[in-house]
Amino acid sequence: MEWDTGATAWMLTSASLVLLMTPGLAFFYGGMVRAKSVLNMMMMSFGAMAVVGVVYVLWGWSMSYGEAGTGGLVANPFAQFGLSGAITDADGSAVASTLGNYPNVVDIAFQVTFAIITVALISGALADRVKFGTWLAFTAVWVTVTYFPLAHMVWGGGFLSGNENGLAAMIFGVTDGAATVAPIDFAGGTVVHINAGVAALVLAILIGKRKGFGKEPMRPHNLPFVMLGAALLWFGWFGFNAGSAFGANETAGLAWVNTTSATAAGIIGWLLTEKIRDGHATSLGAASGVVAGLVAITPAAGALNPVTSIVLGLVAGALSALAVGLKYRFGYDDSLDVVGVHLVSGLWGTVAIGFLATDTGLFFGGGAQQLVVQILIALVAIVFSAATTLVIGLILKVTMGWRVSEDAEVGGIDLAVHGETAYESIQQGSVIKEVRA
Amino acid sequence: MKLVTGIIQPHRLDDVKSALEAAGVRGMTVSEASGYGRQKGHTEVYRGAEYTVDLVPKVRIEVLVDDADATAVTEVIVKAAQTGKIGDGKVWTVPVDDVARVRTGEHGPGAL
Repeated sequence: MEWDTGATAWMLTSASLVLLMTPGLAFFYGGMVRAKSVLNMMMMSFGAMAVVGVVYVLWGWSMSYGEAGTGGLVANPFAQFGLSGAITDADGSAVASTLGNYPNVVDIAFQVTFAIITVALISGALADRVKFGTWLAFTAVWVTVTYFPLAHMVWGGGFLSGNENGLAAMIFGVTDGAATVAPIDFAGGTVVHINAGVAALVLAILIGKRKGFGKEPMRPHNLPFVMLGAALLWFGWFGFNAGSAFGANETAGLAWVNTTSATAAGIIGWLLTEKIRDGHATSLGAASGVVAGLVAITPAAGALNPVTSIVLGLVAGALSALAVGLKYRFGYDDSLDVVGVHLVSGLWGTVAIGFLATDTGLFFGGGAQQLVVQILIALVAIVFSAATTLVIGLILKVTMGWRVSEDAEVGGIDLAVHGETAYESIQQGSVIKEVRA
Repeated sequence: MKLVTGIIQPHRLDDVKSALEAAGVRGMTVSEASGYGRQKGHTEVYRGAEYTVDLVPKVRIEVLVDDADATAVTEVIVKAAQTGKIGDGKVWTVPVDDVARVRTGEHGPGAL
């Protein structure tokens, strides 16, 4: 078969860019915690890479894009277990992607990176206080029970897609074998950001606050790390959004430009809000505005134009800057604002498509149908993510337990759980024991 | 002998060091310090949450001098460290019973 090598090269590049987002997230989150727990924060991202990287190959791809099961909820985990039949067919020929003229294995590479970053995003709500083993177990179970089914529902032709048996088709009917008004989730507003944001909220409530939350200062220990992490996330996000065009083409170009304009506006939206409310435009605000803008444009990157993307990003930055205060008002410890940034901006981006989409948006003569579909898929994603995360979280609470001991939390989870500390002001220790073979 | 200790604004360190060298002081110890005086600390804002930082960064300068030089050295530090704003710091002098130079083992004013 003659592959489109340009598309193949771009999709492999995109996959690599998206993979870079997770270490970028480790820096973004790591800088925001206190010096005594930075390693644990970063390890949660690396742990997600380790576990999901294995699980995805075994049954993740099959559950997301394999042979569809009933109800459009999840695909069969055993049909392509271990990627059997997903890379080469029975004759030994390479399987083609259903999305572009390149090998299917490239899609697998691209999609595994989405699953990894989505789980890693949740860890921001759990800073300083969660057993590493429980986090790894959660990662394996949550990605299986929550992420893969939702990915199948939205992207794999399931219940939340434009499929003729999906939710959108039930409401506004079917034209030529597909929903007349198809839901738009270009690169993961529901599957990634609403999903991770809801899971973060459920776990933050279930697991409880950090000791001293709201009383002791819990300042970011390294803002340059946060800026570096935001920069890496932005760079990687070009793979996330422009890669979701599934080809090296004009849609990828549009997604790239929209991603940049929305993110730039996200910074301005956040900083303006801060300047008016707090009197200072801060570096943490700029880094956070980057992420809010990126999150909001994710579902919309292919459906807006660069100018409406600016509007989307501006509002996202302002909304998330205001939303991060909700945790103090309602008393849940979403430590690093996964809810305020990913859930709020993810919801805004998903719903705003109903207003701003170039052809089908309410403001562009498309009527209210797209808006209704966008709101409904967001609601279903919220309910599904909340219900499954709650069950997983409760089971882990009574089996493995979520919290480290109070001593470990107060003394620093890095030392207690990982046997390491990130920084030393004065060199300590004198004897080196022989390394055990 | 006297120990003159100054707690000053970090950005005044270079000027104080130069002024002390010009006044003939041959050695000093400088360390990072943190603390607060009457002005208390300052407020920082992270994602809208305010944190009061009581202990603000300062620099501590310590100079061992002969009794006769203590007042002059104090004045040099005060003059060089002064900005006229709140938080400029303090300089104080305490008596020192004895000093030993580690390299030679000699004691007293000769070891200064």
